[in-house]
Amino acid sequence: MAVKFLAKDNLVPWLAELAETHRTIVPKREGEAVVFRPFAKEEAPELSARPTESPKSAIFPQCDTLMSFRYTKDEEDPGKVLLDLREMKDESPAVVVGCRSCDAAGFNTFDRVYMTDKITDQNYRARRENTLFVTIICEKPATTCFCNWVGGSPTDTSGADVRMTPLEDGWVLESITEKGEPLLSSTLLKDGDDRAGDAEKIRQQAKERMPEAPDLSEAPGKVLALFENNDFWEAESAKCISCGACTYLCPTCYCFNITDESSGMEGVRLRTWDNCMSHQFTMEASGHNPRPTKAHRLKNRVGHKFSYYPNIHDGNISCVGCGRCIKSCPVSVDIRSIVLHAIAAPAETEK
Amino acid sequence: MLQNTQTAKDANPYLPSIGTIVEIIEETPNIKTFRVVLNSEGDMKNFTFHPGQVGQLSVFGTGESTFVINSPPTRMDYLQFSVMKAGEVTAMLHTLSVGDQIGVRAPLGNWFPYEELKGKDIVFIGGGIGMAPLRTLLLYMLDNRADYGKITLLYGARSPEDMAFKYELPDWLERDDMETTLTIDAEAPGWEHSVGLIPNVLQEMNPSSENCMAITCGPPIMIKFTLQALAKLGFKDDQILTTLEKRMKCGVGICGRCNIGTKYVCVDGPVFTYAQLKELPNEL
Ligand code: SF4
Ligand code: SF4
Ligand code: FES
Repeated sequence: MAVKFLAKDNLVPWLAELAETHRTIVPKREGEAVVFRPFAKEEAPELSARPTESPKSAIFPQCDTLMSFRYTKDEEDPGKVLLDLREMKDESPAVVVGCRSCDAAGFNTFDRVYMTDKITDQNYRARRENTLFVTIICEKPATTCFCNWVGGSPTDTSGADVRMTPLEDGWVLESITEKGEPLLSSTLLKDGDDRAGDAEKIRQQAKERMPEAPDLSEAPGKVLALFENNDFWEAESAKCISCGACTYLCPTCYCFNITDESSGMEGVRLRTWDNCMSHQFTMEASGHNPRPTKAHRLKNRVGHKFSYYPNIHDGNISCVGCGRCIKSCPVSVDIRSIVLHAIAAPAETEK
Repeated sequence: MLQNTQTAKDANPYLPSIGTIVEIIEETPNIKTFRVVLNSEGDMKNFTFHPGQVGQLSVFGTGESTFVINSPPTRMDYLQFSVMKAGEVTAMLHTLSVGDQIGVRAPLGNWFPYEELKGKDIVFIGGGIGMAPLRTLLLYMLDNRADYGKITLLYGARSPEDMAFKYELPDWLERDDMETTLTIDAEAPGWEHSVGLIPNVLQEMNPSSENCMAITCGPPIMIKFTLQALAKLGFKDDQILTTLEKRMKCGVGICGRCNIGTKYVCVDGPVFTYAQLKELPNEL
């Protein structure tokens, strides 16, 4: 494992070097928001504020082309139309610098669904295998942060290839994976062994600043047990206006829709983020909707993250505790309290 | 294409094979059957599936929709899909002609447990387009007739003209190795078969539940009352099979569209026993 030190003034030059060989994506300030955008020399990245958006689109773009199609006339038989299909994949090397540990860990949630022994989402895999993550530790948690409830921490490395720890005059960079090591070969980085102790102290403090986490081990069973309890879900979703901000900003919401766009004889098949909080999501062609109310839909969102997913995937909760859904919800629906209410709810009598 | 020759790591689960429509049958005023042959000879030859598995048909520019493969694996001259006009993709499919190219992503999902059904009596109960998935298994069983016990079919539609697979019904009625009852909702001129709702006709037929499996598919309201009728006839929940080809998008367990609690219709289904369905959270 390499430990390096990056002086403040060298941040932009170092990113510029990375950008020569990688699509380099960094958090940037855009008005009130901090969003992930391609690095540009003129604009300094925003590494101190917590990003408004997750870096989800680096690997799972909001709109991704799965394939292109083209109808052509058969030269020998002009009455016949042929169809040509092409896969579209982006395998260009990329690096995301300055995302938080929870956001990088969010892709582990995707991996368990998108790359299994049985099935591989090739578009996802192409980007996933070619994208590196340089995470930055969170020195101070926000009131909405709860990564430590769901197995994370402000310094967690489970999604990182390199981890940055901020010091007064720069950052200590450690490689976490082998793939991350080449990122630290730049001559702009100095040997960091003598600063490693300072960095460790900062990380220790960061962890200590996290309030204690409640035990969520009962959540999967308790949330499922409430499935038939409409009153519970109606009460929890009473304020929700079905805007979908929560799913849009969530680093682990991975549902998508597939649609075609065409003009004339050719077009593309697109994969776009979908939103389970919308009544359209489960609407069937017959007009029947198995999740007709916002209570059904919130139940599915919370249920999926804290019960169904962990039931299928070795107990892993599919929420990384980034708090975005809480912070960005216009009516302050708080997923933490819903889960705690579920755990505290009296045992259901048989349905 | 999800062919067995490719490994999970390399196959693109969203990429359809291209096929050619070789025949179109107008079944009813709103159902058309498409017979499709995959363009790649190898793909067609290596295509294996089990009765009950589904496929996604693509009309590029409009989208994809899910249909059961309703020809059996024992008859591989083509793959057959019956399409009821119900939305954009199905409407588009209805405009296609013989020779047109479509995308086929198949096979997807689980299947009827036809191996475990060997030696059992079978009662098929199909309503409307719900006859399509039953047809696959029925023909498979007729092609392997010695493996199965008594085969009974009850097929109902609203009216005579709403009956699909008309060209096969005379054979099914005549065969002495199966018993076929056809029914329509209300009397119609020239109709010589039963009249009445499926659950009522089923009660009258009074099939024995002993060593028997009931396999049913049809509109939700018919299923609801058929399940009640089967219970009265002594069928246990695990003696009833049904199939739910609905709300699928990716068809491979990724897109998150089709879950009922922890189960994904596209990979854990579409075929479920009634006992399994009862275990699922109530979200159909
Ligand atoms: S559910 Fe909310 S807190 Fe959890 S990962 Fe998604 S946005 Fe973050
Ligand atoms: S952000 Fe809040 S209001 Fe909007 S859909 Fe999510 S829970 Fe409902
Ligand atoms: S259809 Fe996509 S998960 Fe089932």
